[in-house]
Order: sequence, then structure tokens, then C-alpha cells
Amino acid sequence: MEKSISLTIDGQVVTVAPGTTLRAACEQAQHPVPTLCWHENLTPANACRACVVELKGSRTLVASCSRVAEDGMEVLTASERVQNARQVVAELLLSTSDATLAPSLQELAQISGADPNRFAGGATWAQPVRDDNNLYVRDLSKCILCYRCVEACGDDAQNTFAIAVAGRGFDAHIDAGFGRELPESDCVFCGNCVAVCPTGALIGKKEYELRQEGQWDESQITTTETVCSYCGVGCDLQLHVLDNQIVKVTSPADHPVTHGMLCVKGRYGYAFAQSEDE
Amino acid sequence: MGEIRRLLPPHEVRSDPQSAERMRERGFDQALATIWAMNPETVIEWVTASGIKGRGGAAFPTGIKWTSVRQAPGEIKYVVMNADESELGTFKDRVLLEQDPLGALTGLLIAAYAVGARKAFCYIRGEYREVEQALANALETLRQGDWLRGVDVEIRRGAGAYIAGEETALFNSIEGKRPEPRVKPPFPTVKGLWSSPTLIQNVETLANVAVLFAHDVSWFTQYGTPKTPGTKLVALSGHIRRAGVYEVPFGVPLADIVSDPDLGGQVAGSGRLGAVLLGGAAGTFLTPEEVMNHHLDYESLQALGASIGSGAMMFFDDTVDLGWVVARLARFFAEESCGQCVPCRIGTRRLLEIVEAKQWESRVHDVRALAQAMRDASICGLGQTAPLALLSFIERPQLRPHA
Ligand SMILES: Cc1cc2nc3c(=O)[nH]c(=O)nc-3n(C[C@H](O)[C@H](O)[C@H](O)COP(=O)(O)O)c2cc1C
Ligand code: SF4
Ligand code: SF4
Ligand code: SF4
Repeated sequence: MEKSISLTIDGQVVTVAPGTTLRAACEQAQHPVPTLCWHENLTPANACRACVVELKGSRTLVASCSRVAEDGMEVLTASERVQNARQVVAELLLSTSDATLAPSLQELAQISGADPNRFAGGATWAQPVRDDNNLYVRDLSKCILCYRCVEACGDDAQNTFAIAVAGRGFDAHIDAGFGRELPESDCVFCGNCVAVCPTGALIGKKEYELRQEGQWDESQITTTETVCSYCGVGCDLQLHVLDNQIVKVTSPADHPVTHGMLCVKGRYGYAFAQSEDE
Repeated sequence: MGEIRRLLPPHEVRSDPQSAERMRERGFDQALATIWAMNPETVIEWVTASGIKGRGGAAFPTGIKWTSVRQAPGEIKYVVMNADESELGTFKDRVLLEQDPLGALTGLLIAAYAVGARKAFCYIRGEYREVEQALANALETLRQGDWLRGVDVEIRRGAGAYIAGEETALFNSIEGKRPEPRVKPPFPTVKGLWSSPTLIQNVETLANVAVLFAHDVSWFTQYGTPKTPGTKLVALSGHIRRAGVYEVPFGVPLADIVSDPDLGGQVAGSGRLGAVLLGGAAGTFLTPEEVMNHHLDYESLQALGASIGSGAMMFFDDTVDLGWVVARLARFFAEESCGQCVPCRIGTRRLLEIVEAKQWESRVHDVRALAQAMRDASICGLGQTAPLALLSFIERPQLRPHA
């Protein structure tokens, strides 16, 4: 076994295995850092910058999601610079995107003391909802460009590469290629992008419709664990049920077979389960 | 002291810049013969001893970089010439490649030999079509003269994005991806193009290497300061009589660059200097007093929070509304941000909005907090430096006489 790594986090000595990220080390030291784009089953995108920490000797703050711990590092998770960066990141996102279905962003705003009005009043990402298929809806006014969907669709899970970031600067956005509608794109409707989206910008059609009608009530939803009946892989399914109707299907992110990812049949092919025999 | 010509060919050099005769007239054939007779470690020792620092903006010691790439584990290594040159007010690599393309290419071949690379890329700004042709012709000359010695040199053209000049974005571009900068570390010296150790240098840095080996270290260090030997190309634009590219020794008084009849030849427009933007869009505004009292040298400028950057100097006479200039710079960054990270993607837009509304004073607290977050938390140099010009403008009330 390789020698373990010893570093200090907010003055506290922490020992971690080689290859551990600063984010994980901070969590172990019980000084957790907030994250938005980081996801346990995806390659760190480094995009949101909510997880930055101060590293002694570094000119800039460093993204703890991807920076690997080294012996002797001295890390601060709540210095003035860190707090300012977190707060500004939250304020910038709030000034741009609709955070109503983004719990992680709401939490970042809360812990950093963000003022949602500070940078508001300028350009936003408000735009019409793109409802072009029967399975999921794209409401990109809620997007924070965390890259999770791109990674899930790409080589972190699905390997379909149907979506990518297009445009630059403030006009950068998630795109299925030349602005195409999803049915015209390479999308195979596995919904893995939907599963990892932290903001509700990608949302199952059923959930979207129920929310529009004011019928979506988390407290009334029960989940039932089962195994997908389509093929022999054995994907674990969680059926989210409201009023005796399946309204969403997910798979646990920590499931060894799926890591939260499914195919179109497992995720969306459930209508048969609730059709009455005639 | 006036103009020096070492990187730029001296006026008496008359041969076709793309010809084998030019190789000989400039001593670049000799430079290659010299390094081929050395072992790679000795080549790197020369570069280290010369004190050459990167001319692309960051002024990183070149010898250290070469050592890292040489020592990095890996069968395959790459060298890259960065000719993307898209910083505002910067046009020195263009002039250098037009007047002496064989110099930078010779530097590239020396770099390949020193670090152990068989494959080299020249990444050139897409708009520089004539320069690209000059480079291609010069490359053909090297091939025919048997100067490549098995190094495969490929020219790649950018497609109009400033960010593609950032080294890791440039690698992504060569690999056929979106030019989004990568997180560092790992640094290119260990993990660059296709994850292999990669040496990337600015055109002017490579030209320095070529003239170093065409002569020797003591010749090279005749000019410049002990800490920064050698010469620097500066690109003068705006309200200056003799706009253009000049080669000057490090340490030259900025005042000489402004008024020497062989250099800037005095302020144009009203004839009274209002400000100089040093280092391009990512640079710093200097007041006329600061220009008069400082030198073109990193230590002297550090005291002002300024840097030489790529060597761009934009002159503004005292009639120019610098608030307007600051707004133009803010627009440049907002349009050139790749959009990957929050502080820069949204921060550059908010800075633009604040500056266009001339709220830099009424919202100075917000501007400072935003600027600090951008400097601290942006992924790459674009977002980190985007607020610098604005901050330097805010810090110098004398630049806002009408405010
Ligand atoms: C936004 C941005 C744009 C850049 N553009 C260029 C460029 O056009 N040419 C260049 O040589 N370096 C550019 N750089 C610097 C490169 O990342 C890199 O530091 C340089 O090529 C290293 O070469 P040097 O050590 O010879 O200067 C840029 C950096 C940033 C952050
Ligand atoms: S549904 Fe699947 S294939 Fe379609 S964009 Fe999302 S991840 Fe890609
Ligand atoms: S759509 Fe969702 S997952 Fe994709 S980038 Fe936007 S917020 Fe992230
Ligand atoms: S700082 Fe700006 S240009 Fe650099 S990676 Fe972030 S968004 Fe892209």
C-alpha cells in the first residue's frame, strides 16, 4: 500500500489515501465544502467554482473537487477569499438562472449569505421551455451550465454524445447540435442527463406536467424498489408513485450495476405497468 | 538608445525571409548545427543560462519549462508554437513571422531536440492567412534543406477565438475539441496534447532561442537587465506617431519608448499623453507620471501592479474618454470568455453591464467583490485578468478628470 497523505484543513491535521481529492479530504475532516457541478459518478467538470478553497502557496483559489491532496498542503475552507468567491458565484447564478428547482444552489446561496439582487437586473437566461418530445422537457432558463448532462451523455455513462455546450461567454448553452429539437438529434432518450441535472432544467415530462398543474406533491410520493423487467442486466429501479400512478423512474446513484444510469426502456417504458386489461 | 534588431532581422539582411539563404544569413543553420553537436541537456543549460522568459505574457522561465518536459515520463512528447496572437493591441508575432519565419521555426526545432519530441505543431491565428503561407513556405525550405531531421511539423489554424491562445484550450483545439481551458495542475509539461508531456512556447520566445544558438549566452545577455536579459518586442498603437512593432532591451525607460524618434516618436492626437494601456486587454492603465518614472522591466512594473504581458502598449491622448475604452475592453472579455466557469461566464457580463452604465464608482464595492472572485476562482487567465484594466482605472482617479 502506498504511504498515506497528511495535510491540514483549517488547522486540523487530516490523513487520507493517495489520490484523494481536497473535496473528499474536507468532507473527512468534517469541514465540507459546497458543490454544484460535482457529482459522485461523473468526472469533475470544474465549472461552477462553488467548491474553491484557499491553498497556501497558490496564487488563486483551487477547485477542491478535482485538486488531489498532497503531503503538507495547508487548506482553508472558510477564509475571506473563499467566502467571497462562494457568495459571488451564488449571486451570479441567481442573477441569471431560475433556481426554484435547484436545492443545491439555494443551499449555496443560503450558507454564503448571497444577496440575490446584488448582480440582478441585467441579462438573464429566461427563455421559452422546449417541449419537443414525450419523455422529457428542457427548461434551460433553469440551467446553470454545470456540464453534468454533457458528461452523462458522453463518456462518463451513456457514450451517445448527443448534447454538448455550444456558443461562448454568456451565450454558452446546452445544445443537441445546431439547435435541433431532440427527436431530430442523436438523443436516444435514456434520460441519464435528466437524472443528473441538479436544477430541474432537464425534467421528466410527467413531472413537468404535474408541476404545471400544481399536482406535484413530494410529500405524497412513495418509492418502490424493484428490478427492471426488460433485460437481464438487473438494473435496480425506484418507482416514484403519486396517486397510484408511476410519475418518475430513477435508479440509486450508489447502485453497483447502474450508478444511477438507465436506458430508455427502464426509465420511461412503464406505461404497460399501469394499463388496465380490457 | 533606440531600436535594436536581433529578433527582428537587421535592416542589412536582405535575403528572402523564407529562403535557405536567409537560414544562412541569420546563422540559423549554424544554430542547428550547434545544437545537434550538443547533448539535449547542454542545450537546456544554455537556455537556462540565457535567462529567457516566456514572451507570451506570463514570463515563465523557459529553461525550467524545458527541463520539466525533458524529465517528464512519457514515450511521446510534443512541442507547440503558439502563434494564436489574439490579445488586443498585440501584433508582434505577426511581424516577426512575416519578417523572419525561419527564426521561430528554428527555435521550435531546437525545442523539439532538447525535450525529445518528434512531432511539432504551429497553431496560428485564423485571420493570419498570409503569415500562415509564409510559415508554410519557410517550413518547406527547412524540409528541402534537410533541417527538420525527422521532426514532423504541422500547421494548425485557429478559428477566431481569443481563448484558443490559452495553452490548454489550444491543446483541446488541436485535438478537435472546443477550446475550453483545462484545469491545472496537471501542467502541460507533464500532461498536454493527447495527455503527453508538451512544451508550448510563444513565437517570440522561440525566436529568442534561435538567436541565442546562432550566437552564445554572453552575446545574448549583452542587452537587458541581470534578471531579465535580452530584448522584447513591443507593439505600439493608438495615439502614437510611429505605431508599429519595435525591439527594445529589457529595462529601457518607458519614456524612451514614447518619445525616441526611432521608437514611438512622440504622442499623437493632442500631443499630450492621457494614459497607456500596458499589456493589452488583460493589462493595466498607467498614468503619464507612471510612464515617465518606470522601465520596461518586471520588477519596476510590479510596484504598479502592472506587467509587460505580451508587450502591447496602447496610447491614449488626454482627450480620450477612458470610460469608453474600459467598456470596450469589458465587451471584449464578455465576448471572448469560453463560458465554462461561472465567475467569468457571468462575471464578464455583469462587469460589462456595470461599466456601460458607468456605475464603477457608485457600485465600487460590488465591482471589487466581483473582481476578487473572478481573479480567485476563474479557471484560466482570461477570467482571472478580465477585471484588471477596470481596477487599474478605478484606482487612478487622475484618469477620470471629467468624473
Ligand atoms: C486567454 C489567454 C490567451 C492567450 N493567448 C496567447 C497567445 O495568443 N499567444 C501566446 O503565445 N500565449 C497566449 N497565452 C499564454 C499561453 O497560455 C502560454 O502561457 C504561452 O503560450 C506560453 O508560452 P511562453 O512561455 O513562451 O510565453 C494566452 C493565455 C490566456 C489566458
Ligand atoms: S436522454 Fe440520454 S442520449 Fe438523450 S441527451 Fe440525455 S443522456 Fe444523451
Ligand atoms: S441542463 Fe442541467 S445538467 Fe445540464 S448543464 Fe444545465 S443544469 Fe447542468
Ligand atoms: S476563466 Fe473564462 S475563459 Fe477561462 S475557463 Fe473560465 S469561462 Fe472559460
